[in-house]
Amino acid sequence: MSTETEPHIVEAEADRSVVLEARELRKHYAVKRGAFKPMATVKALDGVSFRLQAGKTLAVVGESGCGKSTLARSVTMIEPPTSGELHYDGRDVVGRSAAEMKELRRTVQMVFQNPYGSLNPRKTVGSILTEPLVINTAMDKHERRDRAVAMMGKVGLRPDQVDRYPHMFSGGQRQRIAIARALMLNPRVVVADEPVSALDVSIQAQVLNLMMDLQEELNLAYLFISHDLSVVRHIADSLMVMYLGKPVEHGAKDVVFTRPRHPYTRILLAATPRVNPDLRVERVVPKGELPSPLNPPPGCAFHKRCPFATDRCAAEVPPLRPVDERLVACHYAEEMN
Amino acid sequence: MPLLDIKNLSVEFTTRAGTFRAVDGIDLTVDEGEVVGIVGESGSGKSVTSLAVMGLLGSNGHVIADRMMFAGKDLLTMPAAQRRKITGKDVAMVFQEPMTSLNPCFTVGFQIMETLRVHEGLSGKALRNRAIALLEQVGIPAPETRLSAFPHQLSGGMNQRVMIAIAIACNPRLLVADEPTTALDVTIQKQILDLLVQLQRERGMALILITHDMGVVAETAQRVVVMYAGQVAETRPVHSLFERPRHPYTGALLDALPERALGKRRLPTIPGMVPGIADRPAGCLFSPRCRFADARCRAERPALFDVDDGRARCFYPLPDGHLAAGEAL
Repeated sequence: MSTETEPHIVEAEADRSVVLEARELRKHYAVKRGAFKPMATVKALDGVSFRLQAGKTLAVVGESGCGKSTLARSVTMIEPPTSGELHYDGRDVVGRSAAEMKELRRTVQMVFQNPYGSLNPRKTVGSILTEPLVINTAMDKHERRDRAVAMMGKVGLRPDQVDRYPHMFSGGQRQRIAIARALMLNPRVVVADEPVSALDVSIQAQVLNLMMDLQEELNLAYLFISHDLSVVRHIADSLMVMYLGKPVEHGAKDVVFTRPRHPYTRILLAATPRVNPDLRVERVVPKGELPSPLNPPPGCAFHKRCPFATDRCAAEVPPLRPVDERLVACHYAEEMN
Repeated sequence: MPLLDIKNLSVEFTTRAGTFRAVDGIDLTVDEGEVVGIVGESGSGKSVTSLAVMGLLGSNGHVIADRMMFAGKDLLTMPAAQRRKITGKDVAMVFQEPMTSLNPCFTVGFQIMETLRVHEGLSGKALRNRAIALLEQVGIPAPETRLSAFPHQLSGGMNQRVMIAIAIACNPRLLVADEPTTALDVTIQKQILDLLVQLQRERGMALILITHDMGVVAETAQRVVVMYAGQVAETRPVHSLFERPRHPYTGALLDALPERALGKRRLPTIPGMVPGIADRPAGCLFSPRCRFADARCRAERPALFDVDDGRARCFYPLPDGHLAAGEAL
């Protein structure tokens, strides 16, 4: 493994702003189907590659079951990938010792979807925020508390709220606490898994503004997982659309939004409800539901729901290839206009 | 005469901390075959309104109203047994979380047939055939085999279709859908909304669609009621509301949508939050968060005034429907 990674390190150093690079990341789970049936494999993540630069946001979109959350778990090193490489600042994660992993894990932190579930109800904001410091640093009690209070100010909470419990805060404030917790160790990458989908519109706007301000101030890289394309369009720099564990379209935000080349991207865009009638896209009605990842269809995984599918799509897996300034996995990407 | 005619409806909950008025004097009318959207943030009272219409409030919820008529019948004075005959038959409801609203211990077939058995008195083969026909109508493939499926064996979208099948089983004249697509993916959301609208058109059914998603209302409803802190803030036909909101709250809510902020880096936000039980202001409920509020707004509660083609609860409705151009709140 190590001999293979060397060229990548050189490459990553050439582009210093790349903080996170994933190459052909795969995560397969073995699943029991019954006492007398053979084990089945779920390919939750099946060959995902991307680069994330400091101060930039990569959004990952797709339906539930497309592998978004597995990607988050792999990137945050909660679970090791089955295969593939993950580099932070050019350093390969795979094959590190436990001590080195602990050090590496500090560079990436996570904000979860539901601020009602992700904060321990029996801990005060102060102890929630200082816990990462207790575990990872040698700071004394006063230093830790000072850091927590300073961070509260940064995310728009009042310092006198430090001894309150999560239930005393509204959803938006809780999400601010969750963001503050993620930033306590000065990470370079923040993985945000649907950070605003549980919030009301006006609160959602506040949290998105906060995330963008913090990104600018701290030069953070965001891996922003969402199913809401209008939020993604606002916050992201680049976009990766996933379907059954594989990226189907990946490129700069404006390119993908203005000229989507994969039928699935087009369907997602068309299905997003719009307030402004002028922004509504022609109605490509999505057929059916996401197939079972235990038994994905042959050929292009999307062909059974695709309005443009042909015999070729049922037989041949389309590779992810560059078309018109982005990567797209569709045999007929050139004709999608 | 409107199908549903509610005047000055309030719902109060008795809690240990005292009485809490979740819905505060709202008027709501729904015509035969009309799609009315109710939008609002959490805590605005939209779900409680729908439960009051359905008669599904718990024993600690008290309904007070000047008038509550459904199809010419008075829901307020009606005996409970008679009300029970309307609920689920003429007025039906689709709930938010399909996974938790269906009973996990019974097959979906049983749950659909239960409605038909209670309200229509069907039994045997006729009952089964009606259930199969309903599953077919809501777009469930292989309905004969799905009758014996349990909710956990179906996806969220399929369960929501089952919920809709149960709701439309007795040809209701009014369907209340409370956040019917919030728990679903966008593609499935689209399918379910299309299905609801298609059923509504085919059957000439009236539909109350409750949601927090402005895009969903804009694409589905004919008339919109915007709720804030238990009151109606603004009610207008859908096109003019989204083109020219007159209440500052509606305007601010629309401006906070990422969709409307294309090219802008910061989203305009609404400062503060919806007032809770204890901190309802003396004047206009929105005044502490409103940029345009003056002394009068803070002292006096505005009524719902007529504006253009609807009504807005504001002394100073926005003249051109926009908060001062380009300015963040």
